[in-house]
Amino acid sequence: MAEVLLEVKDLKTYFPTRDELVKAVDGVSFCVYKGETFGLVGESGCGKSQTCRSILGLLKKPGRVVNGQILLNGQNLVGLMERELRKYRGKQMSVIFQEPMTSLSPVMKIKKQIMEIYDDQPMTRKEKKQKAIDLLRMVGIPSPETRVEEYTHQFSGGMRQRAMIAMALGAKPKLLIADEPTTALDVTIQDQIMKLINELKQEMDMSVILVTHDLGVIAQMCDRVAVMYAGLIMEMCDVVTLFAHPRHPYTYGLMRSLPDPAVKGGKLTAIAGSPPNLAHLPEGCPFAPRCTLCGEICKKQRPELVEIAPGHAVRCHFAAKTAAYQGIITVPGEEA
Amino acid sequence: MKKFHDSLPAKRRKLPAWLVAPSFVIGCLIVLVALAFSFFPQLIAPYDPNKINILARMQAPSSAHLFGTDNYGRDIFSRVVWGTQIDLSIGFFGVLVPLIIGGIIGLLAAWYGGVLDSLLMRFTEIMMAFPFTILVIAIISILGNGTINLYVALWLVGWMSYAKLVRAEVFSLKESEFVEAARVAGFSDARILLRHVLPNVISSSIVFAASDMVLCMLTGAAMSFLGLGVQPPTSEWGAIMNEGRSYITYASWMTFYPGLLLCITGVGLSLLGDAATDILRTKGR
Amino acid sequence: MRQLNYILKRTLQIIPVLLIVTIITFLMIHLIPGDPARILAGEKARQATVEAMRIKLGLDKPLYVQYWIYLKDLVTLDLGTSLQYSRPVVDIILERLPLTIKLTLFSTLLGLLFAIPLGYLAGIKKDKGADHVIRLSTLVAIAMPSFWVGLLLMIVFSINLKWLPAGGWDPTSAWTQFKCLLMPAFTQSLMTAAILIRNMRNSVVDITRQDYVDFARSKGISARAVRNRHIFRNSMVSTVTLLSMRMAALLGGSVIIETVFSLPGIGKLTYEAISSRDYTTVQSVVFLFALLVLVINLLTDIVYSFLDPRVKL
Repeated sequence: MAEVLLEVKDLKTYFPTRDELVKAVDGVSFCVYKGETFGLVGESGCGKSQTCRSILGLLKKPGRVVNGQILLNGQNLVGLMERELRKYRGKQMSVIFQEPMTSLSPVMKIKKQIMEIYDDQPMTRKEKKQKAIDLLRMVGIPSPETRVEEYTHQFSGGMRQRAMIAMALGAKPKLLIADEPTTALDVTIQDQIMKLINELKQEMDMSVILVTHDLGVIAQMCDRVAVMYAGLIMEMCDVVTLFAHPRHPYTYGLMRSLPDPAVKGGKLTAIAGSPPNLAHLPEGCPFAPRCTLCGEICKKQRPELVEIAPGHAVRCHFAAKTAAYQGIITVPGEEA
Repeated sequence: MKKFHDSLPAKRRKLPAWLVAPSFVIGCLIVLVALAFSFFPQLIAPYDPNKINILARMQAPSSAHLFGTDNYGRDIFSRVVWGTQIDLSIGFFGVLVPLIIGGIIGLLAAWYGGVLDSLLMRFTEIMMAFPFTILVIAIISILGNGTINLYVALWLVGWMSYAKLVRAEVFSLKESEFVEAARVAGFSDARILLRHVLPNVISSSIVFAASDMVLCMLTGAAMSFLGLGVQPPTSEWGAIMNEGRSYITYASWMTFYPGLLLCITGVGLSLLGDAATDILRTKGR
Repeated sequence: MRQLNYILKRTLQIIPVLLIVTIITFLMIHLIPGDPARILAGEKARQATVEAMRIKLGLDKPLYVQYWIYLKDLVTLDLGTSLQYSRPVVDIILERLPLTIKLTLFSTLLGLLFAIPLGYLAGIKKDKGADHVIRLSTLVAIAMPSFWVGLLLMIVFSINLKWLPAGGWDPTSAWTQFKCLLMPAFTQSLMTAAILIRNMRNSVVDITRQDYVDFARSKGISARAVRNRHIFRNSMVSTVTLLSMRMAALLGGSVIIETVFSLPGIGKLTYEAISSRDYTTVQSVVFLFALLVLVINLLTDIVYSFLDPRVKL
C-alpha cells in the first residue's frame, strides 16, 4: 500500500467580500500518495487553484480557510501561523505558478532568487551560488554560469518557467504543486517542461499535484485525477479509468467535447450553459442546471462524494445510470 | 505574529459605502459652508470687511470679533468670509480654463498626431524643467501684479498638465479596439471623439482637477502672500496673512485664522475630490 | 561599464533642452512691455547708462545676434550686475546657492524619513485603522499652506518656546545652520512626505498583490526577507521617479519658505528681484532653477538605472 503524503479533509475556502460570500472551495477531500502525480482538472473558476493556495497558505485576501484539515505527513497546516508555515514551504512543499513573468521579481538577479531558498542553511555565499548554477543546469538551462547573473526580463518564457522549477525544487521538497505550469507557454515548450517535471519528480522521489484545465496534460502526466466543478470534487479515480469509464455527467461532457481526429466536419459537442457564480450557488448539485441526467432530487439535495468502485469516487445521485457511459479510450483486455 | 487561518464566517453589509463614509460627509459640509460664505457673505459676515475702525484695532479674538481685528480695526472674520469667494474662484477658475484649453489641445494633438503632437510633447517636456511656482512667478514678473495677472499666470502654466493627461488618454483609446471598430463601422471622427473618447477622458480629467484645485488655491494664496497676486485691500486669505505678518509676535490671530481656513477648505475639497474619484472609478468608464 | 555609457548619454541629452531653456529665458525680457534696455538698466537709470546697456547687450541688433551675445555671456558666467545690490549677479548667486541646496536636500531627507516607513505601513495595513489615519494625515498635510505652517512653527518654537531662531541665517557652524534650517525644512517636508506616502502606499498595495511576492513566500524565506528584498525594492523604483518631481517642487517652494524665514537663498533672491524689478537677476535666477531641475532629473535617472535592471543602458 502506498504511503499518504498529503491528506486534505473537507477543505472549505471562502472569500468574504463586502457584498457577497464566494465559496471557492466548498468541501474538498483527497489524498496524494508518495511518488504519484495527482491531477486537479476543471474549468476556470472551479476552485482548483484556490485549493492549492489553501494548502500552501498563500490565499489572497480576503480568502480564508473556514473549515477542514490539511495534513502534510500527518501535520495539520490549517491554523498555523505564517512563521510556522515557513518551515514547510520550500523544504517540504513548493509551488510553480502559471505565469513565470509575473512570478519572478523584476529587480533581482536570478542567482539571488535561487540563493534565497538556502537562507536558513549554513552555506557560504560561494556554495549557494554554485548550488544555483547546478540547479539551472539540472533544469536544462544552457550556460548556467553566465545566465545566473541575469535578470528575469532577459530570460525567455520557457527559461523563466525552468528557473521557477529550479527555485521550487532547490530545497528538495516532497510535494510540488504545479498550478497550470504550461498554460502560458508555446506547445513545444509545454512538452519540454512537462517532461522536465516528470524527470525531476522521479529523480527526487517527489509527489506532484498538477493543476490544469487541459485533459491532454492529464493524460500525459497523471497517475490519479480529481475533476472539480464549482468548488467541489465531482469525480476522482486513476487516469486510465477517467478516460475509459467516466461516471460523472460533467466528466463525460468534458470527454465528449474533445475533438475526435477520426471525425471530420460536424459540430463539437459542448456542455450547455455556463459555470455557476460561486457567490450564488444553487441549493442542490451545482452541475444540475447543465446536466443531462438532472432529476428533481438533483435540484434540492447536493450529492455526496461516494466510492462506487475501489479507488473511484463520484458525486452524483444517478451514478448507477452512468455505468453505461462510454469513455474515449478502451483498455486492452476489456470489453467496450 | 498574526494568526493565519481562522474559521469566522463572513460578515455582510449592504449600504453604499461612499455615501456614509465620514470623509465624504465632512468634505461636503466644509465645501457647503465655503460656498455659503462665497455666495452670501453679506448675510454671514457681521461687519463690513473694509470698514476701518481705529478704536478697535489689534483686538484678540472675542465674542464681538470672532477672529479678532487687524491693525486698521477691521474685523478679520468678516474679511475672511468675504475673501472666500476670491480664493474659491482662484481654485475653481484657475483649473477650469486650463482644463478646457489644455484638454482641447491634448485631444487634437493625440487624435491628429504628427507634427502637432510632437510639438506639444517637446514643448511640455521643456517647460517641465521649470518648477511650477517659478513659472507662475516669472509670468507675474512680466505681466505685473494683480488678480487678473494671477489668473493669467495660472492659466498659462496650468494648461500643460491637462494637455498631457488628455493626450495620453486619447492616445491609448485611439489604439483601442472599440475605437477601431467604430471607425470600421464608418462613424465620423467627430462622432467617435464625442461619444466614445470624451466621456472616458473627462472622468480622469476631473479626478486630476480635484487635487489641482487645491494646489491652485494654495499657489494663488502664496503669490498674494508675497504681494504679487491679489493686492490689498482685497481680502484674499493670503493677502490678509501678509498684512498680518509684521504683527505676528503679538497678534498672531491675523495670520492664523485665514491660514486655518485655507487649510480647512483645502481639506474639504480634497475629501470631495477623493470621493468623486472613488465614484468615477467604481462606476466604470 | 555600461552604466557609464548611460550616464554620458543622458548628460548629453540635456544639452538641447538646456539650449531651448536659454532661448526662453532670453525671450523673457523681450516679453515685458517697454524698452528692454531700460528694463534691464532700471527705471531710475540715467539715459547714458541705458544706452551703454543697449550697446553691451546688442539690443539694437537683430534678435539672433542678441541671443548669441546672451548665450556667450551665460557660458562665461557674465550675468550682469544686480540693480538691487549693485554687485555682479553671478557672485550673489554663488553666495546664496549653497543655502538653497542645503535646504532642499534637508527637506527631501526629512520627507523620505517620514514617507518610507509610513507609506509602507499604510500599504501593508491597507484599509485598516493605520492606513486610514495615515491617508487622512497626508490629505491634511497637502492642504496646509507652507507659509502658514512655517509661521505657526515660528510662533510656537521661536517666539513662545525660544528653542529655535525665528528666521535668519547663521552660518557659523553646522549646528547653527541646522537650527536655522530645521523649521523651514520640516515645513517643506510635509507636502513632500504626504505625496511620497501616497505613492509608496499604492506601490506597496500593488506589489503585495503580485504573484512574485506569493512565489517568494512559497520558497519559505522569512517575512522580513520578503519585505526587504521583494516588496521594498520594487516599490522604491517608482518612489525614486516621484522624488525628482518633488525636488523640483521643493525648489519652487523655496521662494516662499525662504521669504517667510528670511533665509538668504536663491528663493528669497527671486522674490527680492521681482519685487524690485531687478530683471537682470530675475532672468538669471529663472535659468538657474531650470538648470537645477535638469540636473536633479539627470541624477535621478542615473540612480533609477541602478535600481531597475529593465532600463536600457
